Amino acid sequence: MPSNVDTDLYGLLEELGGQLYLDAQIDIPPDVRAGLKAAMERESSQVARGIVNTMLRAIDISDRKHALVCQDTGIPIFWVTIGNGFEIDGVQLVAALTRGIERVTRDHPLRSSIVDPITRENRQTSTGEGIPVIHVEFSKDIDHLDLLMMPKGSGSESMSFLAMLTPADGLAGVKKFVLDIAVGAQGKPCPPTIVGVGIGGSSDLCTTLAKKATLRPVGERHSDPKIAALELELLEAINATGIGPMGLGGDTTALDVHIETAWTHITLNPVAVNMQCWRGERRRAKISRDGSYVIGY
Amino acid sequence: MEYRFTPPLSEADVRGLRAGDTVVLDGTIWGIRDATQIRMFDRGVAAPVDLHGTALLHVAPNVRKTETGYEPLVIGTTTSMRMDRFTEGLLRDYGVRAIIGKGGLSDVSSAAFATYGGVYLAIVGGAASVETEQVEAIENVYWEDLMPECLWQFRVKNFGPLIVAMDATGASTYRDVGATARSRLDAIYEKLGVTRG
Repeated sequence: MPSNVDTDLYGLLEELGGQLYLDAQIDIPPDVRAGLKAAMERESSQVARGIVNTMLRAIDISDRKHALVCQDTGIPIFWVTIGNGFEIDGVQLVAALTRGIERVTRDHPLRSSIVDPITRENRQTSTGEGIPVIHVEFSKDIDHLDLLMMPKGSGSESMSFLAMLTPADGLAGVKKFVLDIAVGAQGKPCPPTIVGVGIGGSSDLCTTLAKKATLRPVGERHSDPKIAALELELLEAINATGIGPMGLGGDTTALDVHIETAWTHITLNPVAVNMQCWRGERRRAKISRDGSYVIGY
Repeated sequence: MEYRFTPPLSEADVRGLRAGDTVVLDGTIWGIRDATQIRMFDRGVAAPVDLHGTALLHVAPNVRKTETGYEPLVIGTTTSMRMDRFTEGLLRDYGVRAIIGKGGLSDVSSAAFATYGGVYLAIVGGAASVETEQVEAIENVYWEDLMPECLWQFRVKNFGPLIVAMDATGASTYRDVGATARSRLDAIYEKLGVTRG
């Protein structure tokens, strides 16, 4: 299907898909850097300050050398938001983004972290059945195409949990679940983490909301004041545990807590937690209908 | 306390370290991973080199083959807990003195560090660009058929800072931090309006 975009849209998506995957692993978002610097000033423990300082050094070295910050290239995940009146062929979109990931993996080269779950075969392309993960959403508030990419490393992705709580468990049950997960995870997700929490929906929507929540910039609050207050309450609670950077003790276990919600069934009270490691990797392109684009975070 | 060592490490070297100390290494360290240790312990194939007094790294290497060997592209550290059950064998059968990794090891490994005289050195996970700068060269590679989970001999300079997180007295920072967090839970629950269940 031809698109109403004045360019080779699918060629551009292939190009950008690969580029965003690579650049997200090299250039850490400014809000994450600011969060780490704030942690550096807040930490009372010398060991914790030393750890955060090494994290900031890693970011700096990667800036200078244009090198990957971490060796884990992760699972490539795209969040595509199609704006009002932006016409696009979904089949070609998926094919273009997949080709982009394959090409940058071969050309850079990048470690392919993707295997068949049964045979453990690795095609060395960073792709496979269902990978890259591509979430597609629609927005009436924009008229461009928003392409957001996150490479998701396994250390933090391993710390993903869902609980189908009951209405009787209430919001208190939700808070307890999030806190208990943070305590149980200790140093495994490479803290200080960005903690994403999904509340409500069906089980699949709930876990998707939790992951999406990790993508909101550090320090940015939910637009709903009561959810924003809950985010700050949980952030304070998680940091009060003293787990600290890399789980070796300190005042900063999470850089932020972000919550996304959806309405749910009368009998359900679902909550999901997804964590992003201290690098908070993400990269975005806003593609306009005239084929121009802007790169950001 | 801050220490600098050039392995081989003696039993006295590691028994003098305490959880919370910082260590920097120069010289030779060895990289191992899941498949390397599965071969050594589950398949019973002896490591082709003498590992007495060595420091081992739970490594995630990304390398490029050259005419003369391998060049490091990105050298990072992987989660140690997956390889927890090999700790005792490394200390008892091979005389390894230090294991460098991220995320920590279990209390079983902690007891082995006390019995045989060994330490766990925590690296800052995810900061592979720092680590890569500290690897001067890949000096040798054994068991190349396990690529990339071979037995790697790295020459390093200023490798660290590494934090002693499990020491030879049986202390474990992970155990202590976990216990502290759990002891604070009641107060945190109360503040959140949560009834402990």
